[in-house]
This record gives sequence, structure tokens and C-alpha cells, in this order.
Amino acid sequence: MDTVDRQSPLSTLLQISPISLILGFFLVLPIGTILIVSFWDYNDFSFFPDFVWTNYSDALGSNVTYKTYLNTLWYAGLTWFFTFIIGFTVAYFLAFHIHTTRWQIVLFLICTIPFWTSNIIRMISWIPFLGRNGVFNTMLQSIGLIDEPLEFLLFSDFSIVLAFVHLYALFMVVPIFNSMMRIDRSFIEAAIDGGANGWQTLTNVVIPLCKPGIAIGSIFVVTLVMGDYITVRLMGGGQRASVGVMMWNEISLLLYPAAAAHAVVLLAVVLIMVSLMMRVVDLKKEL
Amino acid sequence: MMHKKRPASFYWLAAFFGLFVMFLYGPISAIVILSFQGPNGGLTFPMNGFSIHWFFALFGEQLVGDFETSFLRSLQLGLVVMALTVVISLVTGLAFRKKFFGSNLLFYTTVASLIVPSILVSLGIGLIFNIMGWEVSWTTSGLGAHLTWTLPFGFLIMIAVFNRFDKSYEEAARDLGASSWQTIRHVVLPIIGPSLIGVALFGFTLSYDEFARTLMTSGVKNTLPLEIFGMTTNVTTPTLYALGTLTTFFSLFMILTAMGVLFYLRRRQESHGSDAGKGV
Repeated sequence: MDTVDRQSPLSTLLQISPISLILGFFLVLPIGTILIVSFWDYNDFSFFPDFVWTNYSDALGSNVTYKTYLNTLWYAGLTWFFTFIIGFTVAYFLAFHIHTTRWQIVLFLICTIPFWTSNIIRMISWIPFLGRNGVFNTMLQSIGLIDEPLEFLLFSDFSIVLAFVHLYALFMVVPIFNSMMRIDRSFIEAAIDGGANGWQTLTNVVIPLCKPGIAIGSIFVVTLVMGDYITVRLMGGGQRASVGVMMWNEISLLLYPAAAAHAVVLLAVVLIMVSLMMRVVDLKKEL
Repeated sequence: MMHKKRPASFYWLAAFFGLFVMFLYGPISAIVILSFQGPNGGLTFPMNGFSIHWFFALFGEQLVGDFETSFLRSLQLGLVVMALTVVISLVTGLAFRKKFFGSNLLFYTTVASLIVPSILVSLGIGLIFNIMGWEVSWTTSGLGAHLTWTLPFGFLIMIAVFNRFDKSYEEAARDLGASSWQTIRHVVLPIIGPSLIGVALFGFTLSYDEFARTLMTSGVKNTLPLEIFGMTTNVTTPTLYALGTLTTFFSLFMILTAMGVLFYLRRRQESHGSDAGKGV
């Protein structure tokens, strides 16, 4: 007899109640509240219960919203592209070229440690590199490539995407590495024996089998970028727009119902993107 | 097995990996170096002398603000979040070893907690507290917001751990007459111990560094990341880097401690065997 089947329904209930209560109160209820408040009305001083569509018509009727979404999608697309290239290459190196488990663990840990340190510090740490008198400009000037310092390095789309890639590349490395480690090595030998070259093996065997890992990594990267507001604020020097920054501005002006409507739209967009990516993954099998 | 000759692609990929590691660590090492700027040094290279002036400035009474108390708040919050994350992830993981009514709903809600944009969690909790007339504080709303971020990580790790768990150990313990508590205490916990250390590390560091979900939920008293964020707008001296250096080293210290404990546990298990069944 399976031991865990002896567990009574009561003890299961006790075991799941802490997480259910916490997520119920601090996740489900807040999102429900946002949904409700997005129909409330507001004036210069406060917001109050009502049922109006104006928050949505304001949000969806404005060109600024669409531009901001396009801009945010642009960031998400670029970040996804670079993190994918980096994540796949690094994972491939670790999974297929490092043959001892000990070295795999060591190199993997080297990649993961920055993830456990502060995102804000990691953003700030680009300032000495990208600033007007930063390392890059000084270097480029000293080798005579440019005469004037490049202004676009810091507080620009460039620095925003660079920071995103720096912060989130690991979210691609880990799931793709995980998928690669599960690939039966005999598939690859079979492909090579069957006459496939390296490139064909990569595109016909390795990449299809890595799809779940790629999807999970993409979900992480895309949702983190879509909802971000500090990276864009900090690395864009307050001059660049994203959905998160737009919401944050409304929140600071205490325009809660307007921010709530934007939040609902953002959530819908993110959920659509995630559900598209989830098509290739059975999450429970990945654990 | 004979050592095979490495293909050329190995060296290209190794070089790429090396560049990636430089990309990861380069910037942070730059601010560690720059935090030792001389008293007249600025935010960029070159170094203008070498001193620990900016570290003293951090503790001095000036505009730099409330670094010590915000650090203590983040430390306490991180420890509480860590303890709760370990315990709750563990008991939830135990429950998920069999199907129960609503298990799918709970599973996907927990996953959703990870992918819902943080600004929504922050805004939503802020709204509830606002409407109810409660005051947001890092000890209540802040704590809850952090748990929505750390619990999914802990939960998914525990699911993965129990998926790989060999149940025959437990059956053996039961056959020998162990109660369910004894089975968990002397068989299950020693086996999954290292994973719990991992969950603890996630719980602490994710909370200690959390920003996006804290912004609207911590109230008037800042946690350390909020304090640092505030500094980025008004501090234009290497004090900022000194703080960055200190907090990064603190994070590293916690990571190394966790790894040290893991290493110690493994050594102890290798030399003693497990204490499973000894009834200690």
C-alpha cells in the first residue's frame, strides 16, 4: 500500500491552508480588487465606488497607450532575442561540452550567483561603464574610434535593454540547461551516425527537444520585462516610457482607478502571451 | 575511458562562456573598486586615490539617510520570509504528493504568483489596504507581498524534490513501526534537507533584494532596496557604490553560508551515513 495514501483529508487541508490563505489574500484578492477598482471613478482628491468605463476608454482610446505598449514590446522582443541567444549558447556549452558533473556544478553556480544579489545594484553598476566619462567612451576615444563621447550609451533604449539582458539572461540559461540535460545522448549519437552534421543535429534534434525549456525561459523573461518599471526608470534616466512606468506615474499621482484599468489591460496582454508560450510545455512534467 | 580530443567548437563556446561571465561580473567588480575612491574621486574611473572614505560617509550623519535601520528591516524581513517559505513550501510539498480536490487550481495559482507582473501585486495590496483604511507596513503588507514572490520558488522546488523522492524509504520505516511524524522527522527530512537549505537561500535573498513588490506595500519605512533606489536619484558620490559593495558582499556571505551548510551536511552524511532509523 502506498504510504502517502494513508494521509487523511484533514491533514491535507491543514498542509495546504497556509499557502492558500497567503496567496488568497495577497494575490487573488488584490487582483480582484484591481479589477473592481478599474471601474471606479475618481476626482482630484480621492477615488470612490462607481461603475464607469471611462478608465478603459481613456486607456484604450489614447495613442500614448499604444505607443507605450509598442515600446514595451520592443524592449521585450529585443531582450528575449539576446537572452535566448546567450542562454542557449551558455546552456549548450555546459550541457554538451562539460563532461564532469563537478565542473558543470561549479560553472553553473558561477552563472547563478549574480541572480541572488540586488537587481538595483546590478543596474547601478553599469553607470561607470556607460556614462559620458565611462569606461567604454574612454576606451573608444583612446583607440581613436570616436572623437566625442557617445551620448546614447547611458539613459537610452540601449542601456535599458543591456540592463534587462544582464539581469535576466540567467532565466533562460537555467530552464534550457535543464531541458538539455534530459536529452538522451543516444539520440544525438544516432543523428550523427545517420549522417547529420552538427548544424542539422542542433536544429533537428537538440532545439526541438529543448522547446519546453525555451518556453519556460521565455515566459520568465517576457513577463519580467512587460511588467517592469524600475529598470526602464533607472536606466532610461526617467526619459523612456514603458507600461510599468506609465502605471507607476498614475499611481504616484494617486489616480488609482486609471492605474487599475492599465493593470487589467497589462495582465490580459501578459496572460495571452504566456498562454501562447505554454502550448509547448507541460509544466508539471518539467519539475 | 580515454579522453577524447576536444572539437574546435569547444573553444569557441568556452570563449563565449568566458565573455558571458565577464559580462555578469564585470560591472559589479567595477563598483567594488570604485567604492574605494579617494575623498575627491567621482562616480567613474580613473581612481582618484584610494581610501575607505565613502564607507565612513555611509555611516556618518549626513544626507545619505537611513541605511542602518533599513538594512536591519530588510534583514529581519528576510529571515521571517525565509522561515515561512521553508515551512510552508515543505508542508505544501507534502500535501502535493497525492492528488486532492483543487490541487490543480492551487498549483496554477502558485505559478501565476510568479508570472503576474510585480507592479500588479504591489498596486493590488496597496489598494486593499487603502480601501480598508489600514496602514501599509513592511511587517504586514510588505511581508505578504514578499511571500507571493518567494513561495512559488520554494513550492516548485519542493514539487521537483518530491517527484524524485523514492517512497520505498518511507514504506520501510512504516513497516518497521514508525509513526508518520517519526517517518517525516527521521527519514524524509534528512533526505530532503539539502533542498530545504536551497529553499531557505531563495527565501532570504529574494526577499532581501526585493523591490518591485515592496514599493507600494512597505509604507513610510523603507527596506534596503527602496533606500538604495532613493539614493540613486539624489546621491552623486561613490557612497552609492560603497553601499552597493557592502550589500553585495552581504548577499555573497549568505550564499556562501548556505553552500557551506550544504557541503557540511553532505560530508556528515558520507561519513556517518544517514541517522535515519537511529531514533535520535
